[in-house]
Amino acid sequence: MFEFEFMRLAFAAGAIVGLLAPVVGFFLVQRQMSLIGDGIGHVAFAGVAAGYLIGVSPVWTALVAAIVGAAAIEWLRAHRTAAGDQALALVFYSGIAGGVVLISAAGALNANLFAYLFGSILTVTRAELLRIALLGLGALLLVAILLRALLAVAIDEEGARVSGLPVAFLNGAVSMLAALTIGISMRIVGILLIAALMVLPVIAAQRVAWSLRSTMGLSISIGLGSVLAGLTASYYLNMPPGGAIVLTAAATFVVAAGLETLRRRV
Amino acid sequence: MPLALELDSVDFAYEHGPPVLRDVSLEVEAGEFVAIAGPNGGGKTTLLRLALGLARPTRGRVQLFGEPADRFRDRARLGYLSQRAQLGVQAPATVREVVAAGRAARNAFGRLTAEDREAIEHAMERVGLADLARRPLSRLSGGQQQRAFIAKALVSGPQLLALDEPTAGVDVEAQEALSGLLARLNDELGVTILYVSHEFGAIEHVVRRLVLVRGGIVFDGPPSSLPGVWHDPSHVHV
Repeated sequence: MFEFEFMRLAFAAGAIVGLLAPVVGFFLVQRQMSLIGDGIGHVAFAGVAAGYLIGVSPVWTALVAAIVGAAAIEWLRAHRTAAGDQALALVFYSGIAGGVVLISAAGALNANLFAYLFGSILTVTRAELLRIALLGLGALLLVAILLRALLAVAIDEEGARVSGLPVAFLNGAVSMLAALTIGISMRIVGILLIAALMVLPVIAAQRVAWSLRSTMGLSISIGLGSVLAGLTASYYLNMPPGGAIVLTAAATFVVAAGLETLRRRV
Repeated sequence: MPLALELDSVDFAYEHGPPVLRDVSLEVEAGEFVAIAGPNGGGKTTLLRLALGLARPTRGRVQLFGEPADRFRDRARLGYLSQRAQLGVQAPATVREVVAAGRAARNAFGRLTAEDREAIEHAMERVGLADLARRPLSRLSGGQQQRAFIAKALVSGPQLLALDEPTAGVDVEAQEALSGLLARLNDELGVTILYVSHEFGAIEHVVRRLVLVRGGIVFDGPPSSLPGVWHDPSHVHV
């Protein structure tokens, strides 16, 4: 399958997203905000629609909308204007409703829209791969720099505050990284499925891991493995790549849960 | 001795709420071991939050090592064990990873240095958990988990250690081990200790000063001079 350039590009872009999504998802799951990816994804949908309406590349308008949505959720949470799940619901439904209105106004309810909703990894171009690589590696570098501070906040937020860590900034950084990941990944697995690639590898890894370090390592392995296995399956079995990738990640969770049950019985 | 903590005529109320603390004045010298006790809802945790600069008084001033507590910058000098200290993560965190998180007070970014690693090993040894460094916290007893969080509070080398309800959910044996550990920290390292609890029986024999809080300070002195009827801090007269 690697004789085709579109498959080589798909594997390269998929590998970056498979690496990044679980790294960012790790911190969302620890903050019990697994669904934030869905909320931001729906705002990104409004961004795609706005792009069609104003004639700008939907990728960029979706990225801007995702960042604004993430900032809104974090602001609502931090100022206790709404509880975490209520803040998410508010942004989630406003995003999808705004997207529907804007898409209708742009007259863009067509097959192109599906490429953003469910991904279209096999049509990734060299220019898109370059953008995914630059933004993805930038996000991974930021996580590497902030890793110890982010872990300290995840382990004990109040203790981190007493220690003088910039907790609000670090929580905001996680939300921004989630928005960036969604913006980068929507051409790979789609706005509606990217949250799954952020969360499923992490909750699968947690079942069998023995430390935070191993949880993160296994999450990355499962994320990367799911993308590569899902893409291969989609090529040979003629399946939609986004769905195949997420179903592979879900299957990994079932296997991990089974292994955990087995370990407890032994 | 210089003052580690000073509260001067402090009032505090949460937004739109009734007053929690009224006209509280308290001076704690560096190296003191102070138990802050009182009934639930009496304001002792609020007093601790004010002391650590996590909340601002509605009146009066709070100073930490001579600086306003809410603008105190050298926070590696503070160690904190929060109420019902428990892991904020769902993933399995080992003792070493939890203790290492406390080191972020001194070095939050980049890799752990050799000095960080040495401090982490030393903190685990001090609380007797060096042999369990790789064990996930979820597989430890309540007392061992509490010691891991104390090691996390100690790893930055604090001069003031604040503990909020450290004996909650911990058996009597672990409470006794804790009181011995705190007494050694206070004696050997001169760490100032603020020990907040709704009961102080576990540390009564090692603490030198007891402050009872019920909306204000109703007793401040050595535990031995506490009137017998007040030994139960939830007593109606307190």
